[in-house]
Amino acid sequence: MSAAPPPDLVGEIANHPLFAGLDPKLVRSAASTAQEREFAAGDLLAREGTTADTLLLILRGKVALEVGAADRPTLTVQTVGPGEVVGWSWFVPPFRWRFDARAVKPTRAIVLNGPALRETLSRHPAWGFAFLVRFLPLIAERLENTRIQLLDIHAR
Amino acid sequence: MLADPSPPAAAIDPEPPPLAPIPYVVRSVTTETPDTVTLTIRPSATRRIATPRPGQFNMLYAFGVGESAISVSRATPEGELVHTVRRVGKVTNALAALTPGDTVGVRGPYGRGWPIAEARGGDVVVIAGGLGLPPLRPAVYAILSQRESFGRVEVIYGARSPKDLVYYDEIQTWRRRTDVRFQTTVDAAGRDWYGDVGVVTTRLPDARFDPPKTTAFVCGPEIMMTLSAKALADRGVPRDRIWVSMERNMKCAIGLCGHCQFGPSFVCRDGPVLRFSALEPFLAVKEV
Repeated sequence: MSAAPPPDLVGEIANHPLFAGLDPKLVRSAASTAQEREFAAGDLLAREGTTADTLLLILRGKVALEVGAADRPTLTVQTVGPGEVVGWSWFVPPFRWRFDARAVKPTRAIVLNGPALRETLSRHPAWGFAFLVRFLPLIAERLENTRIQLLDIHAR
Repeated sequence: MLADPSPPAAAIDPEPPPLAPIPYVVRSVTTETPDTVTLTIRPSATRRIATPRPGQFNMLYAFGVGESAISVSRATPEGELVHTVRRVGKVTNALAALTPGDTVGVRGPYGRGWPIAEARGGDVVVIAGGLGLPPLRPAVYAILSQRESFGRVEVIYGARSPKDLVYYDEIQTWRRRTDVRFQTTVDAAGRDWYGDVGVVTTRLPDARFDPPKTTAFVCGPEIMMTLSAKALADRGVPRDRIWVSMERNMKCAIGLCGHCQFGPSFVCRDGPVLRFSALEPFLAVKEV
């Protein structure tokens, strides 16, 4: 049996907009396999194509989501800051990162264990549904923002 | 003794002929982006136009080429005017090609500007997209000059890429102020950009204001204004307190020719700054 998670970590997860108001048992379960990490500016938090097994809750700093190809410069398509999250690839097969995530400035994040969280959510459908109700709008928002980017709203 | 190099102060023309431009001299030209310049001009003779209010526009005449409606991005009591021009056609190319000492024709100021007095007592959100910043710049300065009359002030400026941001040095000065929150974002960027990336509406959740008591001023491409205004309304800002600055093909600028008609409004005469609540039904109609 795993040790009880540090209360500070539980509190920080519970206060993050993604988890705020969700069942405290779910929060404690997520915290039990989570860790808080610091990233220096320039550190890679995720690399496109590699196994996606984490969900990052950003507490401080700024993270750039980047896409690129070998024959062109890397392009930042979005930055993510405190109160936001990085990563849903841990939730969607084949569980591989779809982009690079790089700290633009010193960043503090809670790193949740994706496979453990998937397992918890599948064992407790009520928690799973409540979590999805929080998580899907984030995905929808990213999709909407991408749609607006495609509209090229600053084009003349 | 050296002669005073500054020209004698020009008098405001009380009743200028409606379509006759007044000659101004280009004092300086600043390159903002690869296709955008800022012209500082001053009266060349004894006549000048009235001092524009924030949000108004002038018709700039490139002699022998044509006229174009350009918003005023700064006006001094002495009659100096600042206009930022993007090269998009024959006239704006000619205007952008002017050099110090050249003459340009000016008539104006025209239209209704930002209703800054109406915003007093509440919070203010200013959202600019691309070249939407120049028309909003005098409004920002007007608000900052009477800062105690307003609640929280949020300025959000979005552009396509870092190289499309105008007034870059001025933005850095604004960002250092503690009595206004200035957010800049671009749609996409390379690794040499350390600021925010994401469409302009993505910065709105971070903005702090009390929606029912907020007045919003929005200027930029029409689709950007529509999306921003809707995001503000979703956040709870009353639609009749959201103001947008419309751009249409203005010719006479005095409400006669009808080139700039938008629904029931003549943008040159009734706008360019109009309430979103009045415009919204027409913004959804293609080719209006």
